[in-house]
Amino acid sequence: MSAATATPTSDKTTKPADRNPRRPRRSGWWLPYALLAPAIIFELVIHVIPMFTGIWMSFLKLTKAFISNWGRAPVIGVKNYQVALDFNGAVGASLLQSFLITCGFTILVVGISWGLGMAAAVALQKKFWGQGFFRTLFLVPYALPMYAGIIAWKFMLQKDTGALNHFLYDNLGISGDKPFWLIGDNAFAAVVIVAIWRLWPFAFLMLMAGLQSIPTDVYEASAVDGAKPFRQWLSITLPMVRPVNMVLVLVMFLWTFNDFNTPFVLFGNAQPPAGDLISFHIYNASFLTWNFGSGAAMSVLLLLFLLLVTGIYLLVLNRRSKRA
Amino acid sequence: MKIRTLAATAAIAALALTTSACGGSNNASGSSESSGGGGSITYWASNQGTSLDNDKAVLTPELQKFQDQTGVKVNLEVIGWNDLQTRIQTAVTSGQAPDVVNIGNTWAASLQSTEAFMPFDSSAMDAIGGKDKFVKTALDTGGMPGQDPTSVPLYGLAYGLYYNKAMFADAGLTPPTTWEDMVADAKKLTTGDQHGFALAAGSYTENAHFAFINAAQNGADLFDSDGKPTFTSDGVVDGIKRQLDLMQTDKVVDVANAQYDNGTKAVNDFATGKVAMIINQNNADSSIVANGMKSDQYGVVAFPAPKGGKDVASHVAGINLSIFKNTKNKDAALKFVKFMTSPETQTALDKPFAALPVLNGATANFTDNPEEAKIFSDIYANKSKPLPLVPAEDQFESTVGKAMNQMYATIASGGTVSTDDIRKAMETAQQQVAAAG
Repeated sequence: MSAATATPTSDKTTKPADRNPRRPRRSGWWLPYALLAPAIIFELVIHVIPMFTGIWMSFLKLTKAFISNWGRAPVIGVKNYQVALDFNGAVGASLLQSFLITCGFTILVVGISWGLGMAAAVALQKKFWGQGFFRTLFLVPYALPMYAGIIAWKFMLQKDTGALNHFLYDNLGISGDKPFWLIGDNAFAAVVIVAIWRLWPFAFLMLMAGLQSIPTDVYEASAVDGAKPFRQWLSITLPMVRPVNMVLVLVMFLWTFNDFNTPFVLFGNAQPPAGDLISFHIYNASFLTWNFGSGAAMSVLLLLFLLLVTGIYLLVLNRRSKRA
Repeated sequence: MKIRTLAATAAIAALALTTSACGGSNNASGSSESSGGGGSITYWASNQGTSLDNDKAVLTPELQKFQDQTGVKVNLEVIGWNDLQTRIQTAVTSGQAPDVVNIGNTWAASLQSTEAFMPFDSSAMDAIGGKDKFVKTALDTGGMPGQDPTSVPLYGLAYGLYYNKAMFADAGLTPPTTWEDMVADAKKLTTGDQHGFALAAGSYTENAHFAFINAAQNGADLFDSDGKPTFTSDGVVDGIKRQLDLMQTDKVVDVANAQYDNGTKAVNDFATGKVAMIINQNNADSSIVANGMKSDQYGVVAFPAPKGGKDVASHVAGINLSIFKNTKNKDAALKFVKFMTSPETQTALDKPFAALPVLNGATANFTDNPEEAKIFSDIYANKSKPLPLVPAEDQFESTVGKAMNQMYATIASGGTVSTDDIRKAMETAQQQVAAAG
């Protein structure tokens, strides 16, 4: 609101020779600001203020002794960061391990989801009977409520009663003991599979939309020149959906790296080290020990890392697109 | 222009209204300020019966009685154990708290250190009927020693070793009195699909309790006199190893138990005849009966210590009742605590919730099996040791308990856990507790 009054004032001082110095405001001048105000207020309340509160918390010793009265929590500077980044200590070491697991998880999930989404989108590019059915089918995981979908996976991944082990060992007759999927090292495979299942329809949807915008005559012209499907995909499809891909990969990276729901619903309170994704790790580190300052510091570190990766990604890709 | 302006104003007003309405409803759900008749208070109960609905059904008539006596309406919410700690935490952090809440008594010292709970000083104690009405062991769990407790006992619980009488008779066995006997019996009873034992090996709270009990049997403490963790001492490590070996070397526990994330799953295995023994708190009774097993089909003995060990069979388990410090209805809250800990209400609730009495002079009525009642009362009174009453107790449960979850997972998926592995894990747990302090 203060910006609204400031503009006409400065107008007056810089241009005193204006023919009408006390120009009356047009009726309804405030309307744009009034319409913008809710958005700005909500942006502040929902986004900016919590973020700065989080950053401020990361410099406090906000343990259970101070939690009922935040004002009394002592400022301890960068101590929380030191503990989180001391990779020889227990807290830092487990944070680093969780970070590395999350990196591997993200690469696998984004890579495979993109591959599946691309394959399905290309397969459904040309019109054929049943196209609509497959489109709908592929989008089912995306349309299901997340919690319900992951809970269903949790049941399927049980050792003795789960559908997966039943299929592999009872139906296909693989010999040996049925493995655990949700505890021990297999937990990593389990969380990757479930995350891919949940994410790839999104890649499919975006790429399918991108493919619609490619004119068919480009393909026809290349076919006349003798291009085979793979060459067409490489030289036409990929460059044409590049803008879609750029945003898609970035968004999928951010979502996957920050994925909280999948491990939380799949593993509950007892996360196995192999499935200890970083958001979940931070949640456990701050909520189970009531150490919110430390959790906030880890979150800030995560934010910095994601900002860095996003910045580099956009810089590199934008430079390349300018050269092209 | 006029119409547009009008429409915009209306839209903004509507938005403002919605937001304030959201804020309003948040307030209302958090604490109760409404004053109808004698006012009302909010009470968060923990899950003591066979289900949340069962708890509600048991408590509602009692709360009605309280309303008839005092005119105070109690808004009840029953909260499952998986959520209770988070809910309390959120309440402490935000100040949007109920008036009265059930807590696991092992959290008492930890929650006391948040200073969000009302200390029961002498006047508050008098208001709820005096501290002498409580069993001393039970009241001692109410907070740190030397300070006014921030919680008072509500239900008493203790661990006991449940055994299936028919299975023991068929194998010609008598109930074990030492750890070694118990393992030998369990081995004999592990045949085919049947196992000697079931454990909630995926529940970190259960695992932490057994780490404590086994360490106590070895005469080891978890914290030194300064409140510093001593998880790496031989007694603790050895105690954890003993418990793990039930699955690892003795193989009397099904490896699938590594995924049992709450005690009820083990209890159900026992009640349906899949296992011969479980170690559980006495509130297992309600689940056992709900599964169709009669109270004369099973027996209970104290959880045995190894030969030469200390005779500790349980921690002083139970549920305590706390009042939030920022309650606006202190008098009503105190009246409610007095009501809940009165002999009449205790007698009425101990049976459906299978709890031991926390009042002096009361007799256990939670089972129709007098033998079982006697044994549990004896364990509670004579063979229980309180968990350390230090602020970091909750972190002991989460760090050590979760480390044990991982060890069971390793064993279940074919690996081995050696004494050195345990010591290393305890070293990590100890550092985590220190870093959190």
